[in-house]
Amino acid sequence: MTVVDDRFAAANTDEGHQELRSRSQLTAKEVLREVGAVLRMSEAQVAALAEIEHDAGEDQTMIINMGPQHPSTHGVLRLMLELQGETVLRCKPIVGYLHTGMEKTGEQLTYMQGGTNVTRMDYASPLNNELVFSLAVEKLLGIDGDIPERAVWMRMLLSELNRMSSHLLFMASNGMDLGAVSMMLYGWREREEVLRFFQKVTGLRMNHNFIRPGGVAADLPAGWRDDVLDILEKIEPRLHEYDVLMTGQPIWRERLQGVGVITASEAVALGATGPILRSTGVAWDLRRDMPYLKYSELDFDVVVGSYGDAFDRYAIRLNEIRESMRIVHQIVDRMPSGDYRIQDKKVTPPPRARIDESMEALIHHFKIFTEGFKVPEGEVYVGIESPRGEIGCYIVSDGSAKPYRMRIRPPSFVNLQTLPHMMRGGLIADAVAVISSVDPVLGEVDR
Amino acid sequence: MSDDVTEVQNTAEELHGCPVIMSLGQRVLLVARDQYVSVMKALLDDTFDLCVDLTAVDYLLMPTRVVGAGIKPERFEVVVSVMSMQKHDRLRLRVQVPADDATIDTLFDVHPGTEALEREVFDMFGIVFNGHPDPTRILMPEDWDGHPLRKDYDFGRIPVQFKGSPA
Repeated sequence: MTVVDDRFAAANTDEGHQELRSRSQLTAKEVLREVGAVLRMSEAQVAALAEIEHDAGEDQTMIINMGPQHPSTHGVLRLMLELQGETVLRCKPIVGYLHTGMEKTGEQLTYMQGGTNVTRMDYASPLNNELVFSLAVEKLLGIDGDIPERAVWMRMLLSELNRMSSHLLFMASNGMDLGAVSMMLYGWREREEVLRFFQKVTGLRMNHNFIRPGGVAADLPAGWRDDVLDILEKIEPRLHEYDVLMTGQPIWRERLQGVGVITASEAVALGATGPILRSTGVAWDLRRDMPYLKYSELDFDVVVGSYGDAFDRYAIRLNEIRESMRIVHQIVDRMPSGDYRIQDKKVTPPPRARIDESMEALIHHFKIFTEGFKVPEGEVYVGIESPRGEIGCYIVSDGSAKPYRMRIRPPSFVNLQTLPHMMRGGLIADAVAVISSVDPVLGEVDR
Repeated sequence: MSDDVTEVQNTAEELHGCPVIMSLGQRVLLVARDQYVSVMKALLDDTFDLCVDLTAVDYLLMPTRVVGAGIKPERFEVVVSVMSMQKHDRLRLRVQVPADDATIDTLFDVHPGTEALEREVFDMFGIVFNGHPDPTRILMPEDWDGHPLRKDYDFGRIPVQFKGSPA
């Protein structure tokens, strides 16, 4: 016998005022935000946005839910859309379904353990999360200039391979969202090649905790060069296949060109970074414009679009894979030898062999793994280019072994704000293409 | 490794009437709460057009901290990172917000992209943004009690808050 429990009635499971409400319940400013008006737009643009509004009486529109269980909303993104026929008038992303308080958790973990936490945020590019966290901790420690060359180049190698795997995942999910289902299999297949290399190097396919304050966790395994070159050799012709399958194909172009358009000034006003910003023609890439690690020594191009539509964002990511492959080739050629982590016994554990012969080494090893290391008081912000845009890490230290405040600036969270703007006036069928082109990772949005 | 001292250096530099300090080589602007939005507007005109991040810190457990430039520390601090793509420059703003009046003006009119970030700060710290178009929670459920990233927020032993769950 089933007893229907009214505690689970719809009224008890809503998100209250976080949801999209009818226009009569909202202030003018709220409506403006939900139609995606960017306040720095020109008057003509605002007028163009307002035009659709005139013919939409409250009785002609309908508010519907998309997600959080919709397969093409990339995890648990929930969108509430106000529709007039098939035209999207307003849109409000509702997030938080995956919130697990990771920033709070970060305050309970030592700097040594922090990597395991941040790596789970943007799970499609975990190494970039670890990298930005490590860079911030190293800056607080004042050792950011002393990281061995090999560690720096290894970090770049892993970061670029991760950019490739993340963009390949985008190729797969973008293809699937738009009905190119075979693309989904191809994208996952190629991504798996990269993940297999990660498993060989770090021991895990995802959530590596490999880039740590002071360097990386281990040296590259024997034969890594052949493995990397093998991956590059395999992926190169397959990117060409993607071009045949998608880029040049009329149906694909019909679905993406002119969909979800955003201009440069709007993207900047909304704080968008990464491929979304570059698709509008702004050549901004932190790797080139504010170089970190040794990116200033590498030769690569920043890929930009010109229309700011979903097709540009697709094409940028596809070509960024090619640029990353160019970078990886250079790194393979120039990988220096030497230590893979800083030999500062307060920060990194001593080599395994030393523990057998030195009592001091054993003590340091024990203390680092139980208490962690103390970090001087201070606050620092470091931002790097993740596949989704600028990922930043703001750490406040009170002088103890745990961060007083650990903040990750999530690119997907900020980029999601462009959705109402991109969807305004578009068709409901294009909503899927727009969400997909923003490429949000909900683990990072909700943290 | 450097010594365990706060690496805050006061500089003689001023920007839009606010003192600039150096924090580990990064420029930080200490802004008073009533000047905050006008300084952000002035910075926007200085080509600091990309508001990268807006967050907050609860300094409840660090009452004796030194902010620098003789500024009186308060419990909350709103931290805003802006970037000038033209000058390839970053700048961080830190605004002191007292605990008994945890409010600050919204940046929505200057940088619409801070909308979700301000909601997050409200959700996590309970700092109210005056004039915000949608002052609701964003990550936590609507009926959640308390603001999780506050330092006096109990964790570990709190009962699980789900709608309709037995108390």
